[in-house]
Amino acid sequence: MGILIQATYFLAAALFILGLKQMSSPVTARRGIHWAGVGMVLATLVTFLAPELSDNPQAVTNYILIIIAIAIGGGYAWVTGKKVAMTNMPQMIAMYNGMGGGAAATIAAVELLKAQGEVAAGAEPASLLGAIGLETLNVAPTSISEAMGTDITILAILGAIIGTIAFSGSIIAWAKLDGRLNTSKLLPQQQLINLVLALVMVGFGVAVFFTGDLMPIVVFFALALILGVFITVPVGGADMPVIISLFNALTGLAVGFEGYVLGNAAMIIAGTVVGSAGTLLTHLMAKAMNRSVSNVFFSGFGTTQVASAGAVEGGGSMKEIQGQDVGIMMAYASQVVIIPGYGMAVAQAQHKVWELTQLLIEKGVKVKFAIHPVAGRMPGHMNVLLAEAGVPYDLIYDMEDINADFQNTTVTLVIGANDVVNPAAKNDPSSPLFGMPILNAEQSDNVIVIKRGRGTGFSGVENPLFLLDNTRMLFGDGQKAVNELIQAVKEL
Amino acid sequence: MIEGLAALYIFMLAGFTGFEIISKVPVILHTPLMSGSNFVHGIVLVGAMIALGIAENPTQQAIGFIAVLLAAGNAVGGYVVTERMLEMFKASDKKGAAGEKK
Repeated sequence: MGILIQATYFLAAALFILGLKQMSSPVTARRGIHWAGVGMVLATLVTFLAPELSDNPQAVTNYILIIIAIAIGGGYAWVTGKKVAMTNMPQMIAMYNGMGGGAAATIAAVELLKAQGEVAAGAEPASLLGAIGLETLNVAPTSISEAMGTDITILAILGAIIGTIAFSGSIIAWAKLDGRLNTSKLLPQQQLINLVLALVMVGFGVAVFFTGDLMPIVVFFALALILGVFITVPVGGADMPVIISLFNALTGLAVGFEGYVLGNAAMIIAGTVVGSAGTLLTHLMAKAMNRSVSNVFFSGFGTTQVASAGAVEGGGSMKEIQGQDVGIMMAYASQVVIIPGYGMAVAQAQHKVWELTQLLIEKGVKVKFAIHPVAGRMPGHMNVLLAEAGVPYDLIYDMEDINADFQNTTVTLVIGANDVVNPAAKNDPSSPLFGMPILNAEQSDNVIVIKRGRGTGFSGVENPLFLLDNTRMLFGDGQKAVNELIQAVKEL
Repeated sequence: MIEGLAALYIFMLAGFTGFEIISKVPVILHTPLMSGSNFVHGIVLVGAMIALGIAENPTQQAIGFIAVLLAAGNAVGGYVVTERMLEMFKASDKKGAAGEKK
């Protein structure tokens, strides 16, 4: 039985790695998730056979509890996952990720409580600890680290910290992205408080290690939960993807650590792979936004730029244009580049945009989509939204591939995007966006900006692009505006 | 089983593997891949099942139950969402069919 279980975990780990590898190309991506899914099902099924489970005097109750918990948790996730709109995908990823972090933390809690129970009872370590490779001690343990072993205790505590922070932090990220929590201010001197809190938490972690009392464990977990909340609340909306990606990596790491605690190789491998892949992904995202990861954490984006925002104004005015004129302009253009932003998705305009694109292509216009690395709410989110509307991915260009092409572009249509085309990022050192690579929309002959109103974007920064001579504003709801363009092109 | 140094080697190699996988990914797949890796750490379900399976009193059972509940949500949700996203990726040679439906 042991061999079968180990072999299955081995196979699952291999399937996860191969699956992730295949997910790195659009052609094989779907097969990748299926492979990983097979690995997950196999690993889950074989775990029911584990001797740790069947040898327990409570086995029957526990088996029933396991099945009920899987049914409820899995059922909830299945329904919500199937139902969620593509625009809301980022917060659902945050939610599911938080659940994983919470699971890793609760595993640590069970292990620590078991060890604490042994210390309290003054008894010898239970058969479990023998089963996970610790030789049975002859003397009654006097502390948790003695009961569990030094290395296992350290990793259990680290995994608990990381998993708990990822749990509460992800829930906050979900609430913020879902519009349920709008505040970014919690307490004065938040960073100082967080630092103190973190130190106190580590202190209690050390106490858990050296003592056998229940109280430090409870306080330790409570502090980690609060810390996750405190870390995430001040993070600005625009930085959320970085945080979600970071929590994803942290959960992976926590899973890897708890895998060591349980002596489970599949968890160690899968968790660590996700931990490192997620760390790199987080770094790539932060770089794309010209933010360092520490920056994201320690400065609220919405709070620092208020002072400089007013300075940009006064250099020209926005010039309005009618949909009819834009349609004509686009129909006779040689090349049109469309820059979609999250606003397009909110207005549910992506299907209309694709309809417009098809009309223009029929008229012999070259149409390209330009995607900024952070368009949407996380890298690649916009691609997903366009894919949903049926836009083939070979019309979609990354920033590096299209930036030189704006000079040859007759019309650039900016729809629902703002910060990613803000030239202040290139030439205004006082701008909070300064240094962020942007799409060079201003270099095309004409820029048409479809926008709901005159306000600032998601990050609250003014955009001088809107005031340029070659820029025209088409105010209105994204879907309606694109509809006007479609009508105008059709009538030609 | 997996102890000390052997585990350290596994941590290191798995770490490099993760780095290697991501470094060649086109930006368009970042979100599905984040979601996919989110699914993969759903393997925590296996650990949660063991944590609940070895529970010996109601407190441990209650916490273990929460662990399995959360882990199952992670695994199933991660899969469903990733699957849905990847389902939509298609190249333009199929665009006639895809476009006409809209």
